[in-house]
Amino acid sequence: MREGSPWTGLGAVVLKELADHLTSVRMRILEILMLLAALGAVYTATQEIRKTIGEDPFVFLKLFTTAQEPLPAFAAFLGFLIPLTAIALGFDAVNGEYNRRTMSLVLSQPIYRDALLLGKFLAGIGTIAITLTALWVLLTGLGLWFLGVAPSTEEVGRALLFLFATLAYAGVWLALAILFSAHFRQPATSALAALSVWLLFTVFWTIVTDLFAKGLYRADPNNPLAQLAQARIGLFVSRLSPNTLYAELLVAFLNPQVRSLGPILVTQLEGAVMGTPLPLFQSFLIAWPQIVALVGTVIALFIGAYVIFQRQEVRA
Amino acid sequence: MSALIETTDLTKRYGAVTAVQDLDLQLKAGEVFGLLGPNGSGKTTTILMLLGLTEPTSGTARVMGLDPARKPLEVKRRVGYLPDSVGFYDELSGRENLAYVARLNGLRAREASPAIEQVLNRMGLGNDVGDRAVGAYSRGMRQRLGLAAILLKQVQIAILDEPTLGLDPEAAHEFLEMIRDLRAEGMVVMISSHLLHQVQAVCDRVGLFLKGKMVLEGTVEGLSESVLGGAFRIHVESRGQNVDAILRDVPSVAKVSAMGLNKYRLEAREDCRAAVSKRVIAAGAELLSLTLERPSLDEVYSRYFQEVRHDA
Repeated sequence: MREGSPWTGLGAVVLKELADHLTSVRMRILEILMLLAALGAVYTATQEIRKTIGEDPFVFLKLFTTAQEPLPAFAAFLGFLIPLTAIALGFDAVNGEYNRRTMSLVLSQPIYRDALLLGKFLAGIGTIAITLTALWVLLTGLGLWFLGVAPSTEEVGRALLFLFATLAYAGVWLALAILFSAHFRQPATSALAALSVWLLFTVFWTIVTDLFAKGLYRADPNNPLAQLAQARIGLFVSRLSPNTLYAELLVAFLNPQVRSLGPILVTQLEGAVMGTPLPLFQSFLIAWPQIVALVGTVIALFIGAYVIFQRQEVRA
Repeated sequence: MSALIETTDLTKRYGAVTAVQDLDLQLKAGEVFGLLGPNGSGKTTTILMLLGLTEPTSGTARVMGLDPARKPLEVKRRVGYLPDSVGFYDELSGRENLAYVARLNGLRAREASPAIEQVLNRMGLGNDVGDRAVGAYSRGMRQRLGLAAILLKQVQIAILDEPTLGLDPEAAHEFLEMIRDLRAEGMVVMISSHLLHQVQAVCDRVGLFLKGKMVLEGTVEGLSESVLGGAFRIHVESRGQNVDAILRDVPSVAKVSAMGLNKYRLEAREDCRAAVSKRVIAAGAELLSLTLERPSLDEVYSRYFQEVRHDA
């Protein structure tokens, strides 16, 4: 039907949005927050790790996961800050252009809407990627400094997978925020809507999970199979939340000893040497369904945003 | 010379509402066309269809021979568009806003930057004004920045939507002067406006819109001739006896109406001021003033709709 590449002008949009994000006050505040979180988490983690150094072959990965009261681990901090950052970068992506009356100016240039929407998404992901990579390098450097141990190749590989998983997780919230920004006319409404979804999954999802697993399915306490079924229902419902998927990815990537992300039967453990770490690729295979689910969610949400945006009139 | 913009039976419906109906329009090189009519009469919808930003329900549009519904990128590359109350990125400077437009048009930074300087200077936004954040610009400056963005694209067709809306009279006048300059350079300009009296001075031809239909089309003079009948209106102020009888006697005067003490308005088929003055003086009356009123589109418009209402 229409002619010309949908990517025309994509680079221009990405560059402009990236520059906007990286110089925005919004991003400054979040960067400071993340930096504080990283420093605090790493410092307390190193204090904790020093006590047990030499006992763990993957001491470096402990940097990301070790917590000491009252501070949570770095990974937990990210699970909290990443959705916030992604929502902050995306909540006014589309309706902001309408409100500034720049939409018709941009769309009257030789580009398709595809390029505008995708450009905004890529710029948001790019901004988060730049920030995260900087944090990641900082953390690794601090780890070297405090622990005096160099990470092994496998640890670097696992830490990189952790970085990728965090980006996919960020993508979910960014795509959701952009979707709401296309649907709602007021940026305040779209921000609130995205934050509500985040709250739902962060605070209330355990209740929802319990409701489905324990409230609706009464398992006979004497029947192990029924109990297994109940656990599986709970797991299924909880995995509808991107938070669960992300947490499972972190477990699989950062704890090499983990061999399953669900209930495991004694019979399946026959011949297994408990506590031995899995090779990187095996951990990756364990996490594969979660990766697919997260990336799939990103794509589905983006398509939703795309459909809503394509149907909108250019006029505000 | 073939038409640069041409539409045939162009129609756009939003549900039960018909925004534009059976529009036939032709724009030729080197002319300024006014798309005039009240708000909501289908002007902006027409423009959006010409740019491929919304799809027609039926009918066809051609811009420089291209179908905007199929080749919107090609069309938008060749047409400059100044949207109704255009917005810019307030936190960026005028120069940066233009740089973004240039990049969206595929211009490299090295080629773009001298071109940006040139258009900024031409629009009176050069030097430090161009470095100021657009948020601090006045409305007139924003409109000029919008025109600069069109010039930057080096196009042959410019479509301006309500370009003088919200400008003070002086800024509006200045802006219309710039449009005249563009025309002199051979650019085709299409202006949409509901401020008829402001834009009539720059338009070679106008189309009057009402409820999605172009009800009148032609030159300003031609329209006033056909709608107002006697196209010339002369205002006379004269003291004396039986002045209106004297005036009615002047050949080519179609109608005399008293407009107050000693004031009369003549409708004539030609400019008969010389005859009027001679006769008034010859009859011994005092002639205080004698002016020819330019036909105004506002009047054409309101008169036309009076007739329409009468017929209905």
